[in-house]
Amino acid sequence: MAIASNETTFLFGRLNFGAIPQEPIVWATFVAVAIGGVALLAVLTKFKLWGYLWNEWFTSVDHKKIGIMYLVLALIMLLRGFADAIMMRIQQVWAFGGSEGYLNSHHYDQIFTAHGVIMIFFVAMPFVTGLMNYIVPLQIGARDVSFPFLNNFSFWMTVGGAVLVMASLFIGEFAQTGWLAFPPLSGIGYSPWVGVDYYIWGLQVAGVGTTLSGINLLVTILKMRCPGMTLMRMPVFTWTALCTNVLIVATFPVLTMTLILLTLDRYLGTNFFTNDLGGNPMMYVNLIWIWGHPEVYILILPLFGVFSEVVSTYSGKRLFGYTSMVYATVCITILSYLVWLHHFFTMGAGASVNSFFGITTMIISIPTGAKMFNWLFTMYRGKIRYELPMMWAIAFMFTFVLGGMTGVLLAVPPADFVLHNSLFLVAHFHNVIIGGVLFGCFAAVNFWWPKAFGFKLNVFWGKVSLWCWVIGFWVAFTPLYVLGLMGVTRRMRVFDDPDLRIWFIIAAIGAAIIAAGIAAMLIQFYVSIRDREALADVSGDPWDGRTLEWATSSPPPHYNFAFTPVSHGLDTWWDMKRFGQTRPQANYVPIHMPRNTGAGVVLAALSTICGFALIWYIWWLAVLSFIGIIVVTIVHTFNYNRDYYIPAEEVRNTEDERDRELATLGA
Amino acid sequence: MALSLAGCKAVVLAPSGDVAAQQRDLLVISTLLMLVIIIPVMVMIGLFAWHYSAKNKDATYAPDWDHSTKLELVIWAIPLLIIVTLGALTWVGTHLLDPYRPLQPASATHSDNEPAAVTAEAPLQVQVVALDWKWLFIYPEYNVASVNELAVPVDRAVEFTLTSSTVMNAFYIPAMAGMIYAMPGMETKLHGIFNKPGEYHGLASHYSGAGFSGMHFKALAEDQAGFDKWIADLRASPDTLDRPRYLELEQPTQNVPPMAFGQVDPQLFQRAVNMCVEEGKMCMAEMMARDRAGGMGLEGAVNVSVLTYDKYDRRGTPRPILGWEPFQVAGICTVDELEQMFAAAARKEAVPLRDPTPMRGHGLPEPGGFFQPSSPNDFSQTAPAAGVDRNL
Repeated sequence: MAIASNETTFLFGRLNFGAIPQEPIVWATFVAVAIGGVALLAVLTKFKLWGYLWNEWFTSVDHKKIGIMYLVLALIMLLRGFADAIMMRIQQVWAFGGSEGYLNSHHYDQIFTAHGVIMIFFVAMPFVTGLMNYIVPLQIGARDVSFPFLNNFSFWMTVGGAVLVMASLFIGEFAQTGWLAFPPLSGIGYSPWVGVDYYIWGLQVAGVGTTLSGINLLVTILKMRCPGMTLMRMPVFTWTALCTNVLIVATFPVLTMTLILLTLDRYLGTNFFTNDLGGNPMMYVNLIWIWGHPEVYILILPLFGVFSEVVSTYSGKRLFGYTSMVYATVCITILSYLVWLHHFFTMGAGASVNSFFGITTMIISIPTGAKMFNWLFTMYRGKIRYELPMMWAIAFMFTFVLGGMTGVLLAVPPADFVLHNSLFLVAHFHNVIIGGVLFGCFAAVNFWWPKAFGFKLNVFWGKVSLWCWVIGFWVAFTPLYVLGLMGVTRRMRVFDDPDLRIWFIIAAIGAAIIAAGIAAMLIQFYVSIRDREALADVSGDPWDGRTLEWATSSPPPHYNFAFTPVSHGLDTWWDMKRFGQTRPQANYVPIHMPRNTGAGVVLAALSTICGFALIWYIWWLAVLSFIGIIVVTIVHTFNYNRDYYIPAEEVRNTEDERDRELATLGA
Repeated sequence: MALSLAGCKAVVLAPSGDVAAQQRDLLVISTLLMLVIIIPVMVMIGLFAWHYSAKNKDATYAPDWDHSTKLELVIWAIPLLIIVTLGALTWVGTHLLDPYRPLQPASATHSDNEPAAVTAEAPLQVQVVALDWKWLFIYPEYNVASVNELAVPVDRAVEFTLTSSTVMNAFYIPAMAGMIYAMPGMETKLHGIFNKPGEYHGLASHYSGAGFSGMHFKALAEDQAGFDKWIADLRASPDTLDRPRYLELEQPTQNVPPMAFGQVDPQLFQRAVNMCVEEGKMCMAEMMARDRAGGMGLEGAVNVSVLTYDKYDRRGTPRPILGWEPFQVAGICTVDELEQMFAAAARKEAVPLRDPTPMRGHGLPEPGGFFQPSSPNDFSQTAPAAGVDRNL
């Protein structure tokens, strides 16, 4: 364990050779990552892919490509976060009977902090943002988001935050505070080295991206809907995306400010959250949860939308109770602001305060319950086709109902007094986040993959993955529910009571099954890409879909729609099919599109460097990169070459090609 | 299920104290109440998923059926009714089981429902300090203290008063009562009781840093004789917990075996809460009283070394980040005052701190000195005088 000093030099700040972690596990990881990285770079160079990646992907302002890049980021970070989970499971099986296990506290405490931070900020958030990015403009009949450059910039800021968090693995340390970094533990007196600074700047850089992408999608949904698509004709996924982005815009500034105050405490010696001199650590706990609770709904709401689309599509039926579904979503959005205190009933607030927040929390379960019934009655009198997304939806319903129940239990303050911070709590939020958010993401990936790439995913490996995830989840987390009832608290590294061990062994087996589920999913992607000819879908509408994204080809052309569609009711595409509406096949006009730009990549890179410099107290570099950000921003505003027209000729060629494809289908 | 879990030591479901037992009851009742709706929903998921499968040609198919006012009323009303019931339970339960609420005599019944002698005794006072990384228990009635071992008499209510010396922590004896946070510079309260003798597990249930895993203690529920003997054993210890010893004790240590202190400084807990155990530090209560009375003026804004507790230097940094050093400012002055100060300096006399009274503007007298026993602003006493608000 290396605790380097805070002695600084001008050139390198407090960065010196003491920053290399003294951990064989980290070295081995580093060697593996280095070999893998070099191999990747070599392959990219050998096949001359750099130009392609830069021109077609990194600098792209196309919402579809940015959406896919978000999903790739989420998948990569899922592997990192899951590696952390496996390490924790092994440690908790190992460290019994006087054994310290294989991780010292400095390493273990970083792992559980990193696991939480990565899974929420760099897996769940990019997953959700990526889905919204890809699907929302297509569902509302738009050609891109409102601010395409901002979209690219937001993505790269998220990547910048992820890079900082990953860098902490090999240079210095990550925070040892738990994923919300409560002061005074996260103050300079108790976390003197770089761990918490990595946390702060990683989240701040990524947070800029999240906030901007929230604004972007909010404006897109409000301003860019096709003619006829009133708010109450929007697909449910778009509705949930709207509510999520309202939440993002309203809450992420709270997170940003809270972290700024913590930064001031750490860097300038202010006293917002210190013990002494009038600081108030409880204020931080309140502020961070005022962001943190809506964050939970930011994650789950879009997946509720996904399940609504999936259930209705595969049941071949209109969604039951569209209006009540929308109102339920809006209710949840508003209520999510009124419940934050349930995360710390045990901090000593009075009984009336605790009851108030307990009851508001329970009230959220009413609209959530209504949603569950709406999905049920959508299936009722439907004709359910069991494709992979529908299977994920059923798995979600069974799992999420139980997670919701334990959530309401924890909302009863006296019950929370005996379960708070316990493994019961850990089991509960994994129950809703894995069972809700992750299962929803997997349903969405299986559902919209054919739209994005033009071929379906392999069903066999998809089923293997599904079963491994569902069984693995229950094997891994039922023991944690039991352990919570045995009074075992979270974040423990070493155990005395040998009777607990069997439960941790079962949980570790569950984690191994989940690992198999992740492997099966990677195999599923590989096999599907390999067999893409056989799995190809030229119709653009492989599932007999209901909403506008299925009206386009798979993958959709760069401009999405040659003519802006007009909506006459809910389920616009379903109506079009039913009334036999055909695509216009003449009179194409040039299409106005935004041009790619590298400014987003450059700005995000400079921000990441600035964050790194601030973490290590390399002041000259921080100042220089900050000036760089300002200069590049100003220069970018003078870039007038930011749009172009796709000639009508090219549009016609693309659309004619599509007609020919559809004709082969009809024949 | 509950029984089988109790068999595997699910202490939360089979506690040994009345408070925890009531909390368990509420947990079980809430679960049952929710199962009223959860079970039918699970059955419906399975049933609908199976019956309306596309393979089943006999099932009705109504692709445009998407609304039914009656059904919508039902699906909103049933969860609503359950939540109304649960909400009422929650409101009552939360107030009855508020950790700050003293236990009613009825709590002192044996958990096997034998009516026990209702103890009219005042609750046993235990002051708890979460240190890095061990628990300090002070028994003010007996003037003794222990580390990582707590003993209480069976069937007598216990009133814990808690604080922490460093970071946020939580105090939890699952068999006795729910947890409560212990926080630096703040005081929380917890009332609990043991109704069965035995040796139980107590722990820190809020992550607090490197030594967190080893921060647990033995909680002994003894009959009166056993408890008296335990206290006598503590008292026999030659070790005295005075302020210097406390400062030594609060240094970070891990996996600490139980310790005993035969004598305790009676003001120690209040000093720990007020962050003024160390010699030369101003107690927080005094700072707050001064601030309330108008503060110490601009000088007070910079002369902070007597107030600095753990801001920079606790488990790590020997030196503040930006080179901050404690310093004293004797006064912040107008030009006139500056001249007076130079004149005073010429006379080689110490410059007295200015009387802050005029700056307040509402003519309050300066608060009394900290250790004047007659002053109503004296916060150093274990129990404040009647009618004095401790949270000035």
